[in-house]
Amino acid sequence: MYRRKKTVAMLLAGGQGSRLGALTSVRAKPAVTYGGKYRIIDFPLSNCAHSGIDAVGVLTQYQPLELNTYIGNGSPWDLDTITGGAFVLPPYIKGKSGKWYSGTADAIYQNMYFIEQFAPELLIVLSGDHIYKMNYDWLIREHKTKQADATIAVLPVPIEEASRFGIMNTDKEMRVRKFEEKPEHPKSNLASMGVYAFSWPVLKKYLEADAADEDSSNDFGKNIIPAMLKGGERLFAYEFSGYWKDVGTIRSLWEANMELLQDYPPLNLYDDPWRILSRNPNEPPHYVDAGAVITNSMISEGCHIYGTVINSILSNGVTIAKGSVVRDSIIMAESEVGEGSVIDMTIIDEEVKVGKSCRIGDYADATRKIAVIGKRAVIKNGASVGAGEQVGVGDMIAKAKSAKTAKTAKKGGKPARKEAKS
Amino acid sequence: MRGDAFGLIYAGEQIYNLRELVDMRAVGALPVGGRYRVIDFPLSNMVNSGIRNVAVIASRNYNSLMDHLGSGKSWDLSRKSDGLFFLTPFANRDNPGVYRGAVEALKSSMDYLKRAKQQYCVFTGSRTIYNSTYDDMMDFHIDSDADVTILYNKLANERWDGPRYEDARISVKKNGEVRRIEIDAEMSSLDCLVMDAFIIRRDLLVYLIDESVARGDYHFTGGLLRNNLGRIKIMGYEYKGYVSRLHNVASYYQTNMDFLDPKMQTSIFRGTNRIYTKVKDEVPVRYMPTAAVKNSVVANGCIIEGEVENCVLFRGVYVGKGTTVKNSILLPGCEVGDDAEIENAVIDKNVSVRNRTRLIGSRDYPMIIRKGAVV
Repeated sequence: MYRRKKTVAMLLAGGQGSRLGALTSVRAKPAVTYGGKYRIIDFPLSNCAHSGIDAVGVLTQYQPLELNTYIGNGSPWDLDTITGGAFVLPPYIKGKSGKWYSGTADAIYQNMYFIEQFAPELLIVLSGDHIYKMNYDWLIREHKTKQADATIAVLPVPIEEASRFGIMNTDKEMRVRKFEEKPEHPKSNLASMGVYAFSWPVLKKYLEADAADEDSSNDFGKNIIPAMLKGGERLFAYEFSGYWKDVGTIRSLWEANMELLQDYPPLNLYDDPWRILSRNPNEPPHYVDAGAVITNSMISEGCHIYGTVINSILSNGVTIAKGSVVRDSIIMAESEVGEGSVIDMTIIDEEVKVGKSCRIGDYADATRKIAVIGKRAVIKNGASVGAGEQVGVGDMIAKAKSAKTAKTAKKGGKPARKEAKS
Repeated sequence: MRGDAFGLIYAGEQIYNLRELVDMRAVGALPVGGRYRVIDFPLSNMVNSGIRNVAVIASRNYNSLMDHLGSGKSWDLSRKSDGLFFLTPFANRDNPGVYRGAVEALKSSMDYLKRAKQQYCVFTGSRTIYNSTYDDMMDFHIDSDADVTILYNKLANERWDGPRYEDARISVKKNGEVRRIEIDAEMSSLDCLVMDAFIIRRDLLVYLIDESVARGDYHFTGGLLRNNLGRIKIMGYEYKGYVSRLHNVASYYQTNMDFLDPKMQTSIFRGTNRIYTKVKDEVPVRYMPTAAVKNSVVANGCIIEGEVENCVLFRGVYVGKGTTVKNSILLPGCEVGDDAEIENAVIDKNVSVRNRTRLIGSRDYPMIIRKGAVV
C-alpha cells in the first residue's frame, strides 16, 4: 500500500475545557495560548514531528474553527509530507446517520477508515490538552520490546493527589494489572498521561466490540483499557519522567505560565533538538520604548511596550501604553492596554481593548484570585474589573458599572503606582 | 497590479564599504531590522504587488542568500507554475563565471527572461530598503507610454545624510521624462536618487541587453539606460516614503537605528503590506529580573539579563548579567557574557563576547566584530 505507515497518531483535540471559562468559550482547550506564542496543541504536535511520526489525525468536535485554522495542513510542524500529513477529523455523516463523538474511543472508532488507509502496526493515541515534551519513539520501543498490546505512558504523582487521576496498578515488570479511574484509595501513584500506544489490530477488535456495546460510554480509560485487561491482553506502563502539565483550570493555566518565569523553568523551551514548533505570525520584532520597564517577563514579536511589565507573559502584537502597569498577568495576541491602566493577576484573551486608567484585578487581594477578560472584550476608559471576576467574550465594561467596584479599584490602585515608580 | 509582470532581483551588488559584513554573504542576505534580511524588502514588495514569478540573480557569496530564500515558501512563492527562481552564475561561452555588472548577469539569465510568460519586468537591486507595492509605478508606466520607468526618491526625503556619491542620480522633467543620468558624480547637482527599481517591457529588455553586451556595456543604469537616453522613452517615478540604501557600514548602522523610531516602524510594518521573511521557531524574549531595556528592538529567542539601550537585537541573542550594551546592533545568535561593555558596535552572527570585555566603537565609525569571532 502506497501510504503504508508503521505508526499513525490520533490526537484527541475535542476537549471543551469548560473550567477555563471565557477562554474556552470561543475555542477548544488545545487551542488555548500558552507561553506567549504557543498553543497547547503545539506540544503533542511538536512531539510527533520530533518523534518521526508524520501521519497525525486531529480529532475535533468542540469549537473547531480556531483549531482548524491553526493546524491547516500541518506545515508548521513539518507534517506536510508526501505520504503523511496533519488531518483534521471532525465528526461527519456516514450513510443516512451520523453522530457526534460520544467518547474518546468512539472518536477513534468513527475514523477507522482514516487509520486503515495507512495499515499501521501501531496507533498512538494522544491528548491535545497537555503540556509536555516526550519522545514517543521511546514509548514505541518499549512497546515492541515488551511485545505489548498496549503501552500506557504514566507519570508518578504524589500519592495524596493520586485520586485525581486514572491510576495504573502494575507488577514488577510494569505490566498493568488493574486500572482505576480516580480511585478513592489509590494503591499506586502511577497516573495515566493520556498517551497510549496500541497494536492496531488488537485495538481495532476492542473498538468494534465497544461500539457494539450500547451501555459503554466509549471511553479509553473507562471502557477500552478495562476490557483489554479483562481480555488478558498484554498491557504495560511506560514511566515518563519529565515535565507534564494538565492546564485544566484558570489557576493551573496561570501557574503553568508563571513557571516559565522561574530562574530555571521546569520546562525547557530552549531545547534545540526538541524545539517547540508553532505557526508563527508574521510580525516584526517587538519594540521597547525609552520609558518602558520590563522585568522578569516574556514578550513576543510585534509588541509595543511603553509602560511597565512585571512578571508577565505577552503574546504577539500586544501594545502596553505609557504609564500603565501589567503585573503577574498573561496577555494574549493583539490586545491593547491604554494609558495609565493597572492590570494585576489577570488573563486577558486575544484582541481585548483596555482603555485609559482602567483597573483590572487587585494586587492587594489576599486570595490572589485571577481575573479573566474574554476575547474581543472592551474595557472602557476608567472602568474596573475586580480580582477573580470574569468578563465574557465581546463584553463591554463601562466606567460607572457600580460605585462599589470603583471604590475597591481606587484602594487597590495606590500600592500599584508606588511600586511602579520604585 | 495592472499589466502582468514578473520580478527580477539582481543580488550581485558588490559593496566593499560594508567591509566584513559582506565577506561571507551577499548584500541581500545582510540581516536588518532585528528579524529581516535586506532582500525581504524587494521580494515582499513584489509579492505585495501581486507578482508570482520572481527570479533572484546571484553572483557571489550566495550561500546564505540561498539558505534564506529556500523554496520561497515564506513569501508564498513556492508555486506549481512560476514561483521563485534562483539563477546562479555558471561559466559558459558568453559568461566567464563572474559578472562584470548587472547587464552581464541579465545576459546570463536570458533563458529565464525569454521563457517568462509575463509582459512586463520589474527589475530591482537587493540593497535598497522600502515598503511599497509597484502598483502605482506600473500605472504610471502604462499611462505615460514609457519604455522604461525608473523609481527614484528626492535627496531631501532621505534620512541618511552621509557621502553618497555611489548612487545613480537623474534629472527629471516636469512630465516625468528623464533628462540626464549621472553615475558616481562626486559633486552632483541632481537630487533625484535612483532606487534600483525599474519597469520595462520584457522583449525590450531582452533586446537592450543583447545590444548592450555587444557594445561592452555591463552597467545597467550607467550603461544600458544612459546610452539609450533620447532613443527610448525613459520616465522617472517618485517614491515619497521611507527609503534606505546600504552603501557602507555607517549607512547599515543608521538603517538599523531607524527601526527604533516608532513612526518609521508604523510606516514600514503596520500598513496593509507586510514584509515577509523566513520564520524560525524561537521562544518569546525572556527578560530576567535584572534586565533593563530601553528604546530597543528585540527579536524572539533573546534572553536578557543585562542593560540594553538604543539597540537592535536579532534572534537568539544573549546579554549577560551586569553587561551594558548601548547603540549597538547584535546579529542572530550573539552571546555576550557578564559585566561586559559594548557601545557603537555591529556584532555579526554567532559572536561570543567574553565576560568583562569592552568593545567601544564610535557612532560614525561603528566597530564591527566578524561573524563567529570569540572576543
